[in-house]
Amino acid sequence: MQHVEASLPKPARAVARPRSVWSRMAGSDIAFSFFRSKVTVAAAIVTLVYFLGALFAPWIAPNNPYDLTQLTLWNSNLPPMWLQNGEAKFPLGTDDQGRCILSTILYGLRISLGVGFIAVILSAVLGIMLGLLAGYIGGRLDSFIMRVADVQLAFPSILIALFVDGTLRGMFPNAGRESSAFWILVVALTLSFWVQYARTVRGSTIVEKNREYVQAARVIGLPAFTIMLRHVLPNVLGPVLVIATINLALAILTEATLSFLGVGFPPTEPSLGALIQIGSRFLFSGEWWITVFPGVALAGLILAINMLGDWLRDALNPRLR
Amino acid sequence: MLAFVLRRLVQSLYVMLAVGVLAFALFRFVGDPVNQMVGQDTSVEDRDRLRQELGLNDPVPLQFLNYLWRAARFDFGISYQFKQPVMQLIAERFPATMELAVVAMILALVIGIPMGVYTGLYRESWVSKAFLATSLVGISLPTFFIGILLIFVFAVQLNVLPSFGRGQVVDLGFWNTGLLTRSGWLAIIMPAITLGLFQMTLIMRLVRAEMLEIMRMDFIKFARARGLKSRVIYFGHALKNTLVPVITITGLQFGSIIAFAIVTETVFQWPGMGLLFLRAVQTVDIPIMAAYLMLIGLMFVIVNMIVDLLYFAVDPRIRVAAKAAH
Amino acid sequence: MLRRLKGIAVAVAVALAGAASLAALSGSPAHAQNTFRMGFQGNLNTLDPYTINETFTLAMLGNVYEGLTARGPNLQIIPGLAERWEIQEGARLWRFHLRRGVKFQGGEDFTADDVIFSAQRIRGDTSDLRVRIPNGAEFIKVDNFTVDVRLPTPNPILIADWDTFYIMSRTWAERNNATQAVSSRATEPGFSTLNANGTGAFRVTAHQPGVRTELTRNPNWWNDANRRHNLDRVIFTPILNDATRVAALLSGEVDWVDPVPVQDMDRVNANATTRVMAGPETRTIYLGFDQRRDQLLAPAEIPPAPAGAAQRRGTNPFKDVRVRRAFYQAIDVNLIVQRVMRGQARASALMIDPNLFPRHAAEFQRLAFDTAAAERLLDEAGYPRVQGFRGGNNRFSVGMDCPNDRYVNDAAICQAVIAMLARVGIHITPIIQPRAQYFGKILAGGGYNTNFYLLGWTPGTNDSHNVLIQLHGCRDDRGTGGVGVANVGGYCNERVRDLTNQILVEADPVKRDGLIRDAFRITVNEDVAYIPLHQQALAWGVNRRVEMAQRPDNVFMLYHVMMR
Repeated sequence: MQHVEASLPKPARAVARPRSVWSRMAGSDIAFSFFRSKVTVAAAIVTLVYFLGALFAPWIAPNNPYDLTQLTLWNSNLPPMWLQNGEAKFPLGTDDQGRCILSTILYGLRISLGVGFIAVILSAVLGIMLGLLAGYIGGRLDSFIMRVADVQLAFPSILIALFVDGTLRGMFPNAGRESSAFWILVVALTLSFWVQYARTVRGSTIVEKNREYVQAARVIGLPAFTIMLRHVLPNVLGPVLVIATINLALAILTEATLSFLGVGFPPTEPSLGALIQIGSRFLFSGEWWITVFPGVALAGLILAINMLGDWLRDALNPRLR
Repeated sequence: MLAFVLRRLVQSLYVMLAVGVLAFALFRFVGDPVNQMVGQDTSVEDRDRLRQELGLNDPVPLQFLNYLWRAARFDFGISYQFKQPVMQLIAERFPATMELAVVAMILALVIGIPMGVYTGLYRESWVSKAFLATSLVGISLPTFFIGILLIFVFAVQLNVLPSFGRGQVVDLGFWNTGLLTRSGWLAIIMPAITLGLFQMTLIMRLVRAEMLEIMRMDFIKFARARGLKSRVIYFGHALKNTLVPVITITGLQFGSIIAFAIVTETVFQWPGMGLLFLRAVQTVDIPIMAAYLMLIGLMFVIVNMIVDLLYFAVDPRIRVAAKAAH
Repeated sequence: MLRRLKGIAVAVAVALAGAASLAALSGSPAHAQNTFRMGFQGNLNTLDPYTINETFTLAMLGNVYEGLTARGPNLQIIPGLAERWEIQEGARLWRFHLRRGVKFQGGEDFTADDVIFSAQRIRGDTSDLRVRIPNGAEFIKVDNFTVDVRLPTPNPILIADWDTFYIMSRTWAERNNATQAVSSRATEPGFSTLNANGTGAFRVTAHQPGVRTELTRNPNWWNDANRRHNLDRVIFTPILNDATRVAALLSGEVDWVDPVPVQDMDRVNANATTRVMAGPETRTIYLGFDQRRDQLLAPAEIPPAPAGAAQRRGTNPFKDVRVRRAFYQAIDVNLIVQRVMRGQARASALMIDPNLFPRHAAEFQRLAFDTAAAERLLDEAGYPRVQGFRGGNNRFSVGMDCPNDRYVNDAAICQAVIAMLARVGIHITPIIQPRAQYFGKILAGGGYNTNFYLLGWTPGTNDSHNVLIQLHGCRDDRGTGGVGVANVGGYCNERVRDLTNQILVEADPVKRDGLIRDAFRITVNEDVAYIPLHQQALAWGVNRRVEMAQRPDNVFMLYHVMMR
């Protein structure tokens, strides 16, 4: 933090600072610690593979599992191709509707990562804004926002999702599930995640706002908003990034849990979690591939994201460097 | 101190009121309870009358006032499905959920803290890496899936643990407990692991991160310089200083444990509040849902308060800060 | 130091494994000799036999309470608390001769007063089983052991559902302030919700709703000498989750579960100690169409007819029988039965289980699965494929409502149907919901808010008349009048209505079945009012130590359970 204060002699310099923060973040320290840890590099590569798989699913998946005209029950419950009765068309076998497991994993990944990403970004933006406001302005606004956060914390994410789902479905009874489920989950997850960001950012803001450099900026007449964005925000990006990584993993898991409770994605367009839930019904009957492959895929993704998060937490913590 | 507690109490009231408003607003949309309360041949007229008498056709503000007035007295009425006072049902189920949650939490702490300390102290050891990796696997799969896998292995394949229920339950009058019987302990093993796994990982990682930081701090170096034994340093100084975040997280996570108990209790047919609540959602048993949500809110408020008070006890700096703030 | 810490951490980590192996050594606790442990997917919410007209609750209570009549293992009507009965005056007067020497479990004597009282109670405002007794029926006590039922119109099937019209003790009810059925809208807890006093083979000795119910053999049962069971105790636990229920059976923690998911049947049968008892159920699973509205609801979309297309009849395609027939022929029900239901269902041509209509059921055949015919019919009806409509050359788009926790593999059936219809150019938006929201939407309470849906129906009376009046009876927009309550699509045909009225009062069984056949010829062959899919199979999982009877209406008779 010391060099932050030092680097603020004039407001003109401050305007250019965000870029310098970014370049510092991508700078030698972090890059060094990244390449030093082989596990982290591996986790990053795995995550990248997942992302690319999700992004290019329509082009690399052997089949389109969401195209109902391609599905036929004749292909249902086929084992992976290397087992007896397996077909090369369906490398990892098929589920109870004849959907290709590999393709469904890729398409489902798209949904799961999509939900996770949008929810994480929305909640981070919301949480950071409210945290900055609460911390910087303080007073009544602060206690109001923090009380709202308390109410929010009283309801864990799955409860919120259950109710957001019930509410939205009550309001739009004829909405097809595949379109609504996505936004239901995004809203529910955003609502349950923003608090962490808000609390973190608020805490840091309160600390930063009494520092000399912020007071100096105020004295020279910079608007409050500018001060918050340019001077306070960069200092809290580290923890925010760490929370975001953890939440991305958490969002994907929550989505899977919800499909167990009958909320979540419809069986016609299963997400990764919904596919695991569908498959878990076939665990006892010997059709293990329906749940094991998506389960392994999910575990791999969460594992990789969490390892990146771990590394990020250590790397961005100045006291550990 | 007293002023602080009073302030928190008033704030808690606001929180509870907001929870009530939210819960009420949501119930308007969760479905029509009437279809779950009558048979298939029941005529539309009878269904309408039922709806009328349940007060579902009253003006919304009137319904809300009724609801608030009763909620304030902890009277949530009669369950639509069970035709019994909701508070009585909740009271019957409460011990099951609490025992499960507490055992899961203790499990998470007892395993998570030592593992965290170890991995924090010996960052590069292979045991640490193994701990970290296995703990991550535990949070990489959805709870229900872990539960079903455990049942599959330990109940079906090995046949050593019961797949459902609480075992033999002893009624103590004010509390029914499964922790006094062998079958009760056997029955709680798998649900507690399923529920506690996530928290365990969380706590372990938290303690590790805190240990990593604290071990670099000056006072530890001083302690070393003074020639204190490692054990005294680690457990007397370092661990004590990691406790504040651990208490916070444990407190905050307790609500999440209770909520995730919905899933665990469903998988293991654990006769607690979570199962009651899930059934209530499925059958639109609004009185039960209302009571459950208010209870969750209340528990959160209480736990939060206890956490705040514990801060006072553990960390002297906060005491000073609190005084300064008021 | 390092070693010690390592030791602590490792020791704690393996503590759980230790606990598990400890459990392994000791094995599972022993059980009393003949305790029959049951696991069912639903709760037993109430012990009051008139609170809800629902199969499981009534089946469970049927082991505690008894009706004047009963049904045997093959659904045949047999004497219960009435030893015999006579039908007089062209089915306008029914005379019941009651069994003597019967005592309630609380010690009260069973007499005609209890029958009169029960009839009054079941007809009360707070009862959900009022349909058991026709309007205007009069119950007259002739003497202590004879009761007359006088009817304003002839009713040959009066006692069809009286096996679940359970007789309660008048003195017990009066003593405990339980003379009114505990209503669904009760604001006070009722005594009879948690307490039961029947004449049946078992007494309720403990009841915690939603958690555990315990029944104990009633040694004073009037039929105890001829009893076909050897149970001392019955413990009932609801087990919601499918996998857990199956696991509990496989591991021997319960002796009976219902249902076993169709995919787990082989596993249950392969297990040395368990087996599946499967049999046809009387519930018919079917698809229904909105034949009442002029416009389909959102998210349905019908593209304008392209040039050269046939003239359409109206704006709701489902009002055109050709479209309904096309949907019917586009669905390969045998494939659904084979793959989704894994053979545990029987394709049906009728909206009623053929076993409940044995005289003429065989005369009805399903329409052949024929996608070419379906496409032709849709073309003829004025719904040709439209280039690029809804991501393909589709004809029109419609929403489909479907539950995901009500019937065996309900959501999977819907998905299969959607995929099959996609092949003939029908684009379907699935609206798959848990039953609470599903029923709230598609039934009368939700304004029959659906265009195309999947539903199941079990005629409560085990008789075709129930199917005709509830699923085919002409209803108004609200569904009032007690007719066509479950006629979600609003099907209506005057000729069927007239036949239904005649069936109600026809006393000659042969003639009556002829009338039913005539009605079904219209609804099934001419109108294609519904697409019947199949009767799903009952699937109980039982321990091999257990011998029991299985009734097609999914009622389990504990007094027919033998344990080795």
